[in-house]
Amino acid sequence: MSFEVAGSRARPDGPLKIAVPRGALFGETLDILDGAGIDTTAVRGDSRSLIFEAEGVTLVTMRPSDVPTYVEAGAADVGITGKDVLLEQGDRMVYELLDLGFGRCRMVLAGRKGDESLGESQRRLGMMRIATKYPRIAERHFEASGRQIELIEVKGSVELAPLIGLGDGIVDLVATGRTLEENDLEVREEILECTARFVANRVAHKLRAAEVDELTARLREAAAK
Amino acid sequence: MIHPIPPGTRDVLPDEMRELRRLQRALLEVFEARGYGEVATPAIEYDEVLGRGDGRTAGGAYRFFGEGGELLTLRSDMTVPIARLAATRLAGAAGPLRLCYMASAYRAVRPQRGQMREFIQAGVELIGAPAPEGTAEVVEVLEAALDAAGLDRAVIGLGDADLYRQLLTELGVEGEARDSIIGRLATHDLVGLEAELSAVAGIGDEQCATCVALTQLRGGREVLEQARGLGGAAVERATARLQETYEELERRGVADRVQIDLGLLRDLGYYSGAILEVYDPALGHVLGGGGRYDGLLKRFGADLPAAGFALYLERVHVAQMEESRRGEEGR
Repeated sequence: MSFEVAGSRARPDGPLKIAVPRGALFGETLDILDGAGIDTTAVRGDSRSLIFEAEGVTLVTMRPSDVPTYVEAGAADVGITGKDVLLEQGDRMVYELLDLGFGRCRMVLAGRKGDESLGESQRRLGMMRIATKYPRIAERHFEASGRQIELIEVKGSVELAPLIGLGDGIVDLVATGRTLEENDLEVREEILECTARFVANRVAHKLRAAEVDELTARLREAAAK
Repeated sequence: MIHPIPPGTRDVLPDEMRELRRLQRALLEVFEARGYGEVATPAIEYDEVLGRGDGRTAGGAYRFFGEGGELLTLRSDMTVPIARLAATRLAGAAGPLRLCYMASAYRAVRPQRGQMREFIQAGVELIGAPAPEGTAEVVEVLEAALDAAGLDRAVIGLGDADLYRQLLTELGVEGEARDSIIGRLATHDLVGLEAELSAVAGIGDEQCATCVALTQLRGGREVLEQARGLGGAAVERATARLQETYEELERRGVADRVQIDLGLLRDLGYYSGAILEVYDPALGHVLGGGGRYDGLLKRFGADLPAAGFALYLERVHVAQMEESRRGEEGR
């Protein structure tokens, strides 16, 4: 496959830079990159480096929530991150090219088991107090269902909030449900389902079309396996 | 003591100003040399008058009340004010009109995104010259402007604003679903696009795949054939328009750095037919854009075909610096 952009004078330089999310999506991201023919051995080693050269591409590892920032600015040409991150940073201008299917989890509203404070606050105070790391997703969900909330944004373990009286419930991402279970919380509403997505910078998508398209096709194949 | 200025605005000091002025002069020389005369319009206009040009002004303009209670607005681009100017001050002038500008425009910003509230646009408007010749002339001027700025790696994307509007009509997609699908197309969210298209009654898997595939077609002349292969009357009409324009560009010898792009969609409501976007490999953001707006002048009472482009001056300056830095490293 040729890497020239046919009919254009684009001569983008250097290997394609791929933003790779560390954290929960890390392992499966490396697996799918392997499946797409990109050697990730170096990234899997215990090096503390953040940048790795593979054949024809550069893998840049970062927090999942930083992926849209790097890709939007063109510091990375393409990247992989969760749909939850993309929705929460919906104003970041990145092209969402592919649903990779892995990293499946649910955004949910959860409350303490057997506790009625969600309903009671709604009824008597006119609004629920919701703690979350995803203020925009939470706001949109309650806006769409016509309910008022008082949003409490936290950065760390959000399960803590309702346990000690900061908020009536939480909006958070749930994979297995074990964390909820261990903290005596239960799912009250399903908000949406999230999977890992393949995204591209707007200019890279135009100027490195052949490379981006080829990688997209290989990832699509690898995801279907 | 802190004396802040609003986010998205900035002061310019002599070193930068010298470079910006040099760039401005180079661009204006290109425009003037091709017969485009510079015009100025007020930064403040009546909201009602500018709103006639584009109801959903780009990015949400700033509005405020004048001392007599009238609703005023800060212009969000130069295309609508120049359409007003052409239809009033230059009504009846022998066409086509060739006008250029170097002016500040104002748009709302989202916080902490490095976006500018006030920015300078450098551009031209060619009024009274229809497609494809008019479009090709504008692209020719744009090419010359990019050369003058030293951006010889820059690429011009050429798309068609009516393609998806007509395609969705052909597929019978109306109302809320239509707006939502156009939104997905504009943000290039292919996963969402596929989901929303397949949720519309009467759209089969094949039509859905066609629409998604269409957005990925970009490159040289060959993409016109690839697009035709996907079929449909709307696609046929759009590719015919694009081909006409592209052939005119080839005749003028300026097709080299033009990338035909069927996935292009600009967010301003007044575009019709050809649309343009400018990229440089040194920068992750779009440098500028433009296209045809054959229906815009009519809204001000002069039914004339028109086309133009605008470059974001500050971004061109950044790209210029990145390119020269790269040149030094390569040496």
